[in-house]
Amino acid sequence: MAGTKFTVIDGGRATEVDETEGVALAKRAEASGRPVAVDLDERATYLGVSAAERANALSSLEAPDFTLPDLDGRLHSLSHHRGKKILLVAYASW
Amino acid sequence: MITVAIDKSAEDARPWIEAAKPTHPSLIDTTHVLADLYNLVNVPTILWIDERGRIVRPNDVAFGTDTFKHITGLQAVTHLTALRAWVRGEATALPETRVRALQSLPTDTDQQARAEFGLGEWLFNQGRTEAAARHFARAGELAPHDFTIRRGTMPMRGIDPMGPQFREMLGAWVKAGNPYYRPLAE
Repeated sequence: MAGTKFTVIDGGRATEVDETEGVALAKRAEASGRPVAVDLDERATYLGVSAAERANALSSLEAPDFTLPDLDGRLHSLSHHRGKKILLVAYASW
Repeated sequence: MITVAIDKSAEDARPWIEAAKPTHPSLIDTTHVLADLYNLVNVPTILWIDERGRIVRPNDVAFGTDTFKHITGLQAVTHLTALRAWVRGEATALPETRVRALQSLPTDTDQQARAEFGLGEWLFNQGRTEAAARHFARAGELAPHDFTIRRGTMPMRGIDPMGPQFREMLGAWVKAGNPYYRPLAE
């Protein structure tokens, strides 16, 4: 339906677009080899990053940079700690 | 040291962080940014990154204590000894060829599962719990080895991640000959 809003989540950011445009963006991302999840009932799509892109980055051995918040919402980036040895630990409450 | 909690909200991780009172950055990753970048499929996962920002020990399973030793068979001292030697410069980390050989890289299906997770996580935060659960289930079917998805989404599906449904999932996985933890083979 023309004029219906559709959410496109790309690079982790959600943007509202017209439904026709959203579906077109999802198709284009898929055609370019990106993983795409779509929910037409919920009018939303998530555009992911291809395995090739992730695998290339990892096998370069350059640690992929990230920026994440702490409990107080302060943002921290891995790259800020360049020059130090880092033990990176992923854990969870589950 | 940088720690990252792969959890649905900061509140889920808060009790652990407040009890530990860490002096290092203790971060929260609700959208699986780290899992996507580093191909994490379970926790705990550790990596060593050197002064130049290079991965010198890829995704490995290591615990800081022996709390779960009776379940995992993994002793904390093994990793802690190696880690101390590397930090003090008494031992080098793994050579690049070895790091590459030990790395596990994502497949197209793994990344499709992460896209399904990403959509589910967004829907969950919009209050679209049932729609979210469908995408989490789809993600788990695509990547049955990915417990950041299969177990990590349980709290968003109203399932106790330590309860009978987890034990049933784990039992079926192990019975089929698959390891729950995959420490580096060396």
